[in-house]
Amino acid sequence: MAETVKYCCDLDISVVSANFEKRGWSPVGSDEDWNVYWASVLTIRNIFNPENGYKLRERQIINHFPTYQELTRKDYIVKNINRYREELDKQGSPLAEKDNMGKYIHLDFIPLTFALPNDYNAFAEVFKKNPTSTWIMKPCGKSQGIGIFLINKLSQLKKWSGPLQNSAQNPITATYVVSRYIDNPLLIGGKKFDLRLYILVLSFKPLKVYLYKLGFCRFCQLKYTCNMSDLANMFVHLTNVSIQRQGDEYNSVHGGKWTIQNLRLYLEGTQGKEVADKLFSDIKSLIIHSLKATAPVMIRDKHCFECYGYDIIISDDLKPWLIEVNASPSLLTTTDNDRVLKHELVDDIFKVMCPGNTVPNVETDRTPDENNIGNFELIADELESIDSEQCSKNSVHGGKWTIQNLRLYLEGTQGKEVADKLFSDIKSLIIHSLKATAPVMIRDKHCFECYGYDIIITDD
Amino acid sequence: MVCANGSSFEDYKQKLQNAIYQYLLKHPDIREPVKQEKEPLDFVQKAQTNWERRIFKSLNNMCNDLGIALSRKRPVSEQKELEAKWTELGTEDMDLSRFRPVYSPRDFLEVLMSVRNPNLSQVSIGVDHCLQPSKLSCMFPVLESYQAPLAREYSKQGCPQNLRAEMWALILGVETTDASRLQFEHLKASVFLHDLIVDKLIFKDINLTASNDDQYFVFEDLLYQILLVFSRDTAVLDHFEYSSANPPKAHLRGGRNNEDTLVIYPPNGVIPFHGFSMFVCPLCYIYEDPVTLYMVFRELYTLYFYLLHTVSSHPQGILSLCLLFETLLHELDPHLTYHMASKEIQPLKVVIKWLMRAFSGYLSADQILLLWDRILAYNSLEILAGVGARMDKIISF
Ligand SMILES: Nc1ncnc2c1ncn2[C@@H]1O[C@H](COP(=O)(O)OP(=O)(O)O)[C@@H](O)[C@H]1O
Ligand SMILES: [Mg+2]
Repeated sequence: MAETVKYCCDLDISVVSANFEKRGWSPVGSDEDWNVYWASVLTIRNIFNPENGYKLRERQIINHFPTYQELTRKDYIVKNINRYREELDKQGSPLAEKDNMGKYIHLDFIPLTFALPNDYNAFAEVFKKNPTSTWIMKPCGKSQGIGIFLINKLSQLKKWSGPLQNSAQNPITATYVVSRYIDNPLLIGGKKFDLRLYILVLSFKPLKVYLYKLGFCRFCQLKYTCNMSDLANMFVHLTNVSIQRQGDEYNSVHGGKWTIQNLRLYLEGTQGKEVADKLFSDIKSLIIHSLKATAPVMIRDKHCFECYGYDIIISDDLKPWLIEVNASPSLLTTTDNDRVLKHELVDDIFKVMCPGNTVPNVETDRTPDENNIGNFELIADELESIDSEQCSKNSVHGGKWTIQNLRLYLEGTQGKEVADKLFSDIKSLIIHSLKATAPVMIRDKHCFECYGYDIIITDD
Repeated sequence: MVCANGSSFEDYKQKLQNAIYQYLLKHPDIREPVKQEKEPLDFVQKAQTNWERRIFKSLNNMCNDLGIALSRKRPVSEQKELEAKWTELGTEDMDLSRFRPVYSPRDFLEVLMSVRNPNLSQVSIGVDHCLQPSKLSCMFPVLESYQAPLAREYSKQGCPQNLRAEMWALILGVETTDASRLQFEHLKASVFLHDLIVDKLIFKDINLTASNDDQYFVFEDLLYQILLVFSRDTAVLDHFEYSSANPPKAHLRGGRNNEDTLVIYPPNGVIPFHGFSMFVCPLCYIYEDPVTLYMVFRELYTLYFYLLHTVSSHPQGILSLCLLFETLLHELDPHLTYHMASKEIQPLKVVIKWLMRAFSGYLSADQILLLWDRILAYNSLEILAGVGARMDKIISF
């Protein structure tokens, strides 16, 4: 009989513990010999604190990466993405291509952001150049919309940052980021919404990530306006459920949540299939870039996996913008649909992590059967070898670029049809070349051979 | 006809052909030399008349109980306010607690059950259980050819979502022109001018259904616009020419018992039932522009949906559909029928609300659209009975 998985869960999340029980796993304490640990971020810090000398064994997996904050802290992710762009730029990667305004064509997926107080001067300069723009102030370490406000005058910031100047007597701990406010969000029914998508990362380097198909849109309950007088009305501007729940118009039956499937149906119906396809493929590439941007500073640890919640806003030109990434996305359930979705999410996470409901082992690669990963879809699966080759050349790329990146680039710049056609042409080219030589080939059942094809693509 | 160039002459020709085709669909008896009775069966006509009286009476009773007039002119300030709020009517503060839907599918079922000996033929259709859209490639030429009958033929396979808007408009002969926009504006103006009790019923219905529906709540404000405008549209009355129903009539103020002062109320002759808004909801997934959305909805209503809440012997009418449903259910699943009969459960009690709303709200939006594709394609509501008869599959939803 298969061995029972032993789990530990130090957060009281019913969706998670219910799933472990349903799987017939047995609960153990954190100091016992667990196989799966659903831990709070505090526990993670302890476990991975080198002073504690804690060593994870091969049959143990845990639900966070120790350096998850590189992706989820509002200031760190910006720093990482900026560095990623600069590096691609230095390498002369076509991904770092800029338009004639000096904007990145493929990497401009996060609103311009400054960390305060450090980047105050740089921010003030940009602000003065765009005196009519609106900005959003967010505390770096908080969530659920707490402490967020909009500004459209520098003086509003000066007033707020008053104590900052006197930091000698009055040391401040809270740091903020200030981001360009997306003031032209795509509206449906006149209301602003954002997307909440879930991804499951098994490894940053090489990148292996699954996207959950059942995300949802979170709607504001009031009509969107960008009137100055409504800047302080959070029921218009912030899509967090924790904020919207406090409003009078909040509907507890649907909770302002609309499925991604419905969004897609609506976009296909009203804007056409190409537009919808492009949006969703842009979202995928946004996710992949954000992960690649943080990969270099992420500690590699085979015991870790993590489910992140992505907040994405779509602007009215149907461009997705990354707003933030959450390491512990809320697994509380507000509506019936929510309950179903979050139960399925947790269940599907462990379909991937513990295929066949067996004890995990980080030393053996057990990629789950593609047909048995619930609603997850593998969106990036880099090969270790290519990756280490790139590393061994001391982060110099050696002029090599993966076919996957070529495809990503072509899909992004020329469209999916073009890329599909190219790759199918390549296949048929290979097949024809083989057929052409087949008549003169000696048939011998004992032989096999691996050929390397060199192919050049002309500009058509 | 004078045309600027040859190709547009072809266009006009095609448009004309489409228009004739659409007219024939609405008036199938046009070739008959003698005009038929509206409702050939006496006892059905009687039931319909009784039913009409009953709902109108209950509307009047509601007015009396609440002390509200059927219609009142809005003061100018209120007109302005409504106009300003037109695109966000959802935020309108209105006490609707005392309003009730005039009738529900359950009330309507009672009436249907009391109609005896309908003497209808039985029709059997194949039900497509797995609703799947067809391949894109074959649809584009259809749209290019601009031929309504061809579009209809292709919709039998189910339309791809991205072409549905055009396919339906083509099949229904809806074209959004400056004239239709102007007409929409006129109707809006008449909404601003008068406050009808029907407006409250519309708000109430949307509040009870779409506002709480996780598929449709985002379209709430659009629904108010469409249904308010619909209530003022006298063009809807045209369907009474071929429907066995009669529009409700009310006396103008002060003109009691005088035939001359009778006017149709509400102006479109339709008193909404509980769930009426669900006819509009799925359309919000394909039409963004309120005017086009409205025109398509009006066409769908006057071609098909009116049949779902009118007592008539029409082969597509709700009576026939109920009968067809029971026959099909018995054929497909004699066990279930037997089981229900032994427990004195009436399948129709469950199914009637599905049928009356053409399943809207009871299946996911994409499935509804695929289902309605077939209604348009076959120019028939019979598929509703067929889907209803697969209730064991649907109940698990
Ligand atoms: N740059 C922006 N433009 C427009 N809306 C934004 C922007 N940043 C945040 N928001 C809105 O504020 C909400 C909260 O911001 P977020 O960065 O997710 O902080 P929190 O961690 O508090 O959830 C988002 O869900 C979004 O609705
Ligand atoms: Mg957030």
